[in-house]
Amino acid sequence: MSGSGTNGTPDGDGPENSYHHEGGNLPTHGSHDDETLREDVVRLYWRANLKLLGGLLVIWFVVSFGFSILFVDALNQYAFFGFKLGFWWAQQGSIYVFVALIFVYVVQMKRIERRFGVDDD
Amino acid sequence: MSTAMLTYLFVGASFALYIGIAIWSRAGTTKEFYVAGGGVHPIANGMATAADWMSAASFISMAGIIAFLGYDGSVYLLGWTGGYVLLALLLAPYLRKFGQFTVPDFIGERYYSKAARIVAVICLIFISFTYVAGQMRGVGIVFSRFLEVDITTGVIVGMAVVFVYAVLGGMKGITYTQVAQYCVLIFAYMVPAIFISLLITGNPVPQLGLGATVADGSGLSVLAKLDKTLLDLGFSPYTEGSKATIDIFAITMALMVGTAGLPHVIVRFFTVPKVSDARVSAGYALIFIALLYTTAPAVAAFARLNFIETINNTAYSEAPGWFKNWEDIGLIGWVDKNEDGIIQYAAGAAFQGSPSYTGADGENGERVLTNAQTDSSNEVYADRDIFVLANPEIASLPGWVIALVAAGGLAAALSTAAGLLLVVSTSISHDLLKKTLMPGITDRQELFYARIAAAVAIGVAGYLGINPPGFVAQVVAFAFGLAAASLFPAILMGIFVKRMNKEGAIAGMLTGLLFTFAYIVFFKFVSPELNSSENWLFGISPEGIGSIGMVLNFLVAFSVSRMTSAPPAHVQDLVDDIRVPSGAGVAHQH
Repeated sequence: MSGSGTNGTPDGDGPENSYHHEGGNLPTHGSHDDETLREDVVRLYWRANLKLLGGLLVIWFVVSFGFSILFVDALNQYAFFGFKLGFWWAQQGSIYVFVALIFVYVVQMKRIERRFGVDDD
Repeated sequence: MSTAMLTYLFVGASFALYIGIAIWSRAGTTKEFYVAGGGVHPIANGMATAADWMSAASFISMAGIIAFLGYDGSVYLLGWTGGYVLLALLLAPYLRKFGQFTVPDFIGERYYSKAARIVAVICLIFISFTYVAGQMRGVGIVFSRFLEVDITTGVIVGMAVVFVYAVLGGMKGITYTQVAQYCVLIFAYMVPAIFISLLITGNPVPQLGLGATVADGSGLSVLAKLDKTLLDLGFSPYTEGSKATIDIFAITMALMVGTAGLPHVIVRFFTVPKVSDARVSAGYALIFIALLYTTAPAVAAFARLNFIETINNTAYSEAPGWFKNWEDIGLIGWVDKNEDGIIQYAAGAAFQGSPSYTGADGENGERVLTNAQTDSSNEVYADRDIFVLANPEIASLPGWVIALVAAGGLAAALSTAAGLLLVVSTSISHDLLKKTLMPGITDRQELFYARIAAAVAIGVAGYLGINPPGFVAQVVAFAFGLAAASLFPAILMGIFVKRMNKEGAIAGMLTGLLFTFAYIVFFKFVSPELNSSENWLFGISPEGIGSIGMVLNFLVAFSVSRMTSAPPAHVQDLVDDIRVPSGAGVAHQH
């Protein structure tokens, strides 16, 4: 949901692509210089980042706004370690998931950055 | 040793520690003053962020609010933790890569506009002072209850301590005192929670104790017993909400997004060495925060249960000492409606408004009230703010635990106040003076102005603490609503939408800001009598309206930016640059 303005277009950058590819319609195979190569790498890196972000934010939304708010009454039918399940998500479970989401992002991003050679080590 | 002596000892020792750290970590350059030199370890920054974030509201008020609201209190738990996911995933790493000093810095450079920078400075100052006023009230409550000095003296002592470490040390001093303050406050929060969990359920882990069986032979779990007790007294059950789902949704969204957009939290991520450190540091911060935030609902349920069992149907003459102590400072009131000398607690307000006393004592020794009585059979008024502070006394815990809680409450209030005052002073010295009005000043002069601005900001905060405007509680919704509706969308689009230009961003910020501001002012100040769900837009209360302001901000920003020209090439290059982690220097001069 957040950053939705960027997810719709294939590379997340919208109409200013032409800015990067002045003369981009010429037969560029084999004439890629280092700079355009790097631009391609960066674009692929950014796309991988957006995909990861999207997935994690869906989980973020489902546990907090889904389990804890929209479907709380339905989940409250079930007992969970002495809690009603919906109430547990709202006052305990979501917070644990939030912590886990950040650390999953930390680890996955490190891998993505290494893969594209853009990490900061 | 008496509890009062222990409290002086604990509070005195913690203050001495903070000042010692301040002297050890004095700032010599603007970079040290603004971002602690950019070399803070991610775990230390995580602790500092946790202390920065967890204010008097989190430490003192939140469990009390949840105790009264039950399920509906979840908005604070979800909102004030879920925002860190947004911060870690969407903002912190990119702002760290940008590598400058303040939030208006980013908005001013990204939107190549002094006007955008000034709008951001105005939002920041408004948000921060709203927040600071609440911290100083917290300092006042702790001092007046536990150290038996008046609020004015308490606030002046607190100001003096903040003055030493914020003005001398800037961000560097604040960072390391916040690490110490986190340790003090989390210890002070956990110790009584563990004791009370053991007393009530026999389980030492409060998070599990909340779901455990009450150790009174009834065989009921804590929450089941609380639901039953409250139903018997005419309340609605603890685990079920009474607010509309759409309002809960909107409030949670506004608090989450607002949390991610709070400038004093964002700048903490400018202090770590690398982009990846900003991410991991946000993760540590949320662990440290989650420790308190998953304990708070347990404290809330235990406190509500304990309060009812200790007070209801107890003769006033036999009421415990804490009841009278809090009555003495005006946060508890009792009116003997059926004149039987026994305290009856039930649903509904005992009387209208907060207590105002005649000064005389009643038949049973209680302070006589002038408030108009209501029809309900409830005889007790209890301010929500007392629950955490009174909890150790309600559970008859030893004196040193009570002293610890006092030191913890002060640590929470002072650490947040210092963080807020720092962003106010840097936005004045850096964004207003250096970047807008007086571009010719040297680094030394800028540092001097930063210190002056910090000193003035502390003075204003202290004034607000001693003479709290009556509307402090009313305007807390402002801080989150405005951050959600103005700063967060502008920063987010600045990173993820390269086509976003200054026209779009400024129009969006102003729309979000004015809409949210007008809605809150209308229902809180202009026509408070209309402040009920049938008059609200889509049934959303002023507390949740920031989420609509945010949506409006996005819509206006996108529409306007489509109709105006793309940002200049150097700004598009800047966006490309902040998206890639490699090559981030330490925060730099510019």
